[in-house]
Amino acid sequence: MNISEILFYFLSAMALGSAIMVVVSKNAVHSVLWLIITFFAISGHYILMNAQFLGIVNLIVYAGAIMVLFLFVIMLMNLNADTEPKKNRWLKMAGIVAGGCLLLVLVAALKNAEIRGQQAQFNEGNIGLIQNLGEVLFTEYVVPFEISSILFLSAMVGAVVIGKRGD
Amino acid sequence: MKIEYYIFLSIALFCIGIVGVLTRRNAIIVFMCVELMLNAANLLLVAFSKMHHLAQKASNPTAGTDGQLFVFFIMVVAAAEVSVGLAIIVMMYRNVHSVDINFLNRLKH
Repeated sequence: MNISEILFYFLSAMALGSAIMVVVSKNAVHSVLWLIITFFAISGHYILMNAQFLGIVNLIVYAGAIMVLFLFVIMLMNLNADTEPKKNRWLKMAGIVAGGCLLLVLVAALKNAEIRGQQAQFNEGNIGLIQNLGEVLFTEYVVPFEISSILFLSAMVGAVVIGKRGD
Repeated sequence: MKIEYYIFLSIALFCIGIVGVLTRRNAIIVFMCVELMLNAANLLLVAFSKMHHLAQKASNPTAGTDGQLFVFFIMVVAAAEVSVGLAIIVMMYRNVHSVDINFLNRLKH
C-alpha cells in the first residue's frame, strides 16, 4: 500500500464523513463549512488523478465562489440561529430508507459491471494538464465555450432581475 | 486505483445528497445537497476519463480529454445555476419570510 492509496482512502473517508455532516448538522452555516471540506476532498481526488486543472477550478469556483455566495445569502437572511422547523419523524425515516434503497440498488447493479477490475490512471498521465485541455477547449470546443459565455450573461441578468426589490 | 472504488464512492456521495434533499426542509440546504450530487457525477466523469485514457493511450494519446472538458462545462453551468437559484431563494424569503420549502406549496394557489 503506497502513499497514494493511503491518500485515496483518507480523501474518500473525508469526503463521505463531511458529506454526512452536511446533511445532519442543524446549523446552516456549519453545513456550508462541511460542504467546503467535501469540495476540498474532491479536489484532492482530482489532483490525485493528475487532473490538475479541474482540481484548481473546483477549488476556485466551488469552494471559493459558490460557497461564499451561499454563506452570504445565509448571513443575509440571518438564518444562523436554529430556526429550521422540525419535519415529521416518519417522513425523515422514509427519506433515509429511500436513499438507502437507491444506494443498495446502484451498488448491486454495478458491482459486477463489465468494467470491473479496470484501472483508472493514477498519479500520472498528462491529459489533465492545462496545456492539453486548453488546446482542445479552444479548437474543438470553441463554440460551446462561447455559448457558455452567453449562458453566464443571461444568468447574470436573470439573477439581477429576480433579486431586484419588487415594484 | 481500481475504477469500482471510484464508482462506489460516487454512488455513496450521490445517495447522501438524495437523503439530504428528501429529509431537510431548509431550501438552502436542499440546494447544497443538489450541489453535492453534481460533484459526485463530476468525480465519476473524471475517473472514467482517466480509465479511458489508460485503455486507449497507445492509439490516441489525447483520449479522455473530452470527459474532463465535460466536467469543466458542468462547473460552468453549475455556477450559473447557483446564482439564479440563490436569487430565487432570496426572493422567496422576501415574500414569505422563511426558507421552509413547505411554504412553496402555496405556489398552486
